[in-house]
Amino acid sequence: MATGTQATGLLGWIDERFPLIETWKAHMSEYYAPKNFNAWYYFGVLAMLVLVIQIVSGIFLTMHYKPDAQLAFASVEYIMRDVPGGWFIRYLHSTGASAFFIVVYFHMFRGLMYGSYKGKRELVWLIGMVIYLALMAEAFMGYLLPWGQMSFWGAQVIINLFNTIPVIGNDLSLWIRGDFVISDPTLNRLFAFHVAAVPLILVALVFVHIVALHKVGSNNPDGIEIKALKNEKGIPLDGVPFHPYYTVHDIPAIAAFFFVFFGIIFFMPEVGGYFLEHANFEPANPLKTPEHIAPVWYFTPFYTILRSVTLSPFAGTVAMFGAIIMLFLLPWIDRNPIKSWRYRNTAHMFNIAIFAVVFIVLGYLGVKPVTDELKELGVRMTEIYFLFFAVLYAHSNSSKPGRYLIWFIVLAGIVFLIDFYRYNPEAVESAKQIKWQWIWPIGYLSVTLLLPFIVRPCNAEKPVPERVTS
Amino acid sequence: MSDSDSNTGVDKKRRRMLIGATAVVGAAGTAAFATPLLMSWMPSARALNAGAPVDVNISKVEPGQQLTVIWQGKPVWIVKRTEQMLKDLPANVPLLKDPDSAVDTQQPAYAKNEIRSRKPEILVLIGICTHLGCSPTYRPELAPADLGPEWKGGWYCPCHGSRFDLAGRVFKNVPAPTNLVVPPYYFKTDNLLLVGEDGGAA
Repeated sequence: MATGTQATGLLGWIDERFPLIETWKAHMSEYYAPKNFNAWYYFGVLAMLVLVIQIVSGIFLTMHYKPDAQLAFASVEYIMRDVPGGWFIRYLHSTGASAFFIVVYFHMFRGLMYGSYKGKRELVWLIGMVIYLALMAEAFMGYLLPWGQMSFWGAQVIINLFNTIPVIGNDLSLWIRGDFVISDPTLNRLFAFHVAAVPLILVALVFVHIVALHKVGSNNPDGIEIKALKNEKGIPLDGVPFHPYYTVHDIPAIAAFFFVFFGIIFFMPEVGGYFLEHANFEPANPLKTPEHIAPVWYFTPFYTILRSVTLSPFAGTVAMFGAIIMLFLLPWIDRNPIKSWRYRNTAHMFNIAIFAVVFIVLGYLGVKPVTDELKELGVRMTEIYFLFFAVLYAHSNSSKPGRYLIWFIVLAGIVFLIDFYRYNPEAVESAKQIKWQWIWPIGYLSVTLLLPFIVRPCNAEKPVPERVTS
Repeated sequence: MSDSDSNTGVDKKRRRMLIGATAVVGAAGTAAFATPLLMSWMPSARALNAGAPVDVNISKVEPGQQLTVIWQGKPVWIVKRTEQMLKDLPANVPLLKDPDSAVDTQQPAYAKNEIRSRKPEILVLIGICTHLGCSPTYRPELAPADLGPEWKGGWYCPCHGSRFDLAGRVFKNVPAPTNLVVPPYYFKTDNLLLVGEDGGAA
């Protein structure tokens, strides 16, 4: 490097052969992060922490676990009862799985609030979404390994999703399972993916995610590009070196996370059947489906979407995967140049907040058995989930509020068209539910589109300051 | 030559051709390498062997009782239907999605009839829901509280609420799209059933 003196001694010896100091500076001591990070910015580092916990605890579980349909269930019980400290290693891993999704969902919501996918950060977002997808695959495969009833029937339902694909579906799911039903070959191959293939991909993706982020620079709660204003040394005026400022700053957050994390491991590792489902304490039985099956909590929002679209099984599968694909497209849907919701109009804030609530309601419905009322609620929440992206697009340009009215009429029209198609007076109870629960999507559209059209202050965007606030 | 650089002597056309040819050979090699790996996911000889037909002795099945056996790793139900059960079947017809078993993949030709079986009383079905593969529960009782007054016996899927009647026919307004599958089977003797083969001409 041009600046500073050459390192000597061992460090100098290494540095002549490997760009150690250069890399350290580029990513730590001279990587300038905005000085106004708030608590939402802890979740990135926490996600990396959980990844390390999962890899370490996973390696140790592999030393005792047997990926064999005859032995798997018993080997997990063996880990829990006979292996010294085995219960701790397993609870680390099972709690870590849920913790991973909790921090990742917060991390993603942060991106949504502050528009972190904008300003040449599309690739950061896309890589992040691929990480999320790999994480879901990893979690699904891991859940099969204990070979309990929920492992078996959950995997049966998920792999049968491929069955719904026209023409090639049956052969495809046969190929995935390697047998006519979920059995030993299925367990073996998912084990291979879970412990080798997907973790390798995950680690590589996390690396690329950070490289891409450090190329563009971090976003912040104000959504201001700090690189726009630099001092005479070329250092952003609103930037602080990542190390030592944020490395130290993250330590209390990690400590707080560990309080909760170990609190769960030691005092409520099953979390009332949500982190570890009760039906999974019974060995897999291909002849008997448990009375009530539900996926683990982090999949339930998408599971509800799957159940809500009953046009055909394939349509349900498409809707479920479509719900994830929509998130990939966010950088191209939200075209408003203002990044942070702090400076967007009120309607946009409502839109983001309602989306978060709808996601939670979808998740709640996914663990509940289907009644006519909850089924209809699931349909309505699914509608809002997809309407969100249209409204987000409509909010891209706030200068012509008249367009909100057109959007409202078109989107409400689509909702009623779907109702018209679904309405069947013979099915008395579900017809009754359709007749009152239209209030949810129409209420949502009213708040996000009619409100800024009628009440103009709700459409007012605020000027983005030049420097970050506080 | 027009396409070559006179200073460096690089023939760009030739270089492009060589790069292209190398890429094609590389791609073919990758595909050839991937084939055995991907093929290894197909059911192994052992898995195929487990799919062999199974003999079932039905002499001890009581009327109205369901017997479950395993074929190809899947549950296969054999139900000896009572007179009353058979008499109740036509009443379900207006409530069914496919009362005439029009979807050909769901049963062999000899089971494409109202009762979906070779012999009226013996019903043979694969016990896997046509929605997403759960195994429905046998509910032969009449009009239980949870299934409503119209219920004349059949199967209820605990996963997503699909319903089937005592001929394995799917009801309307449930997620399952088609009737339960009738596997190939034939009677070796009156009480000996072979599941997995048609037994030549039906």
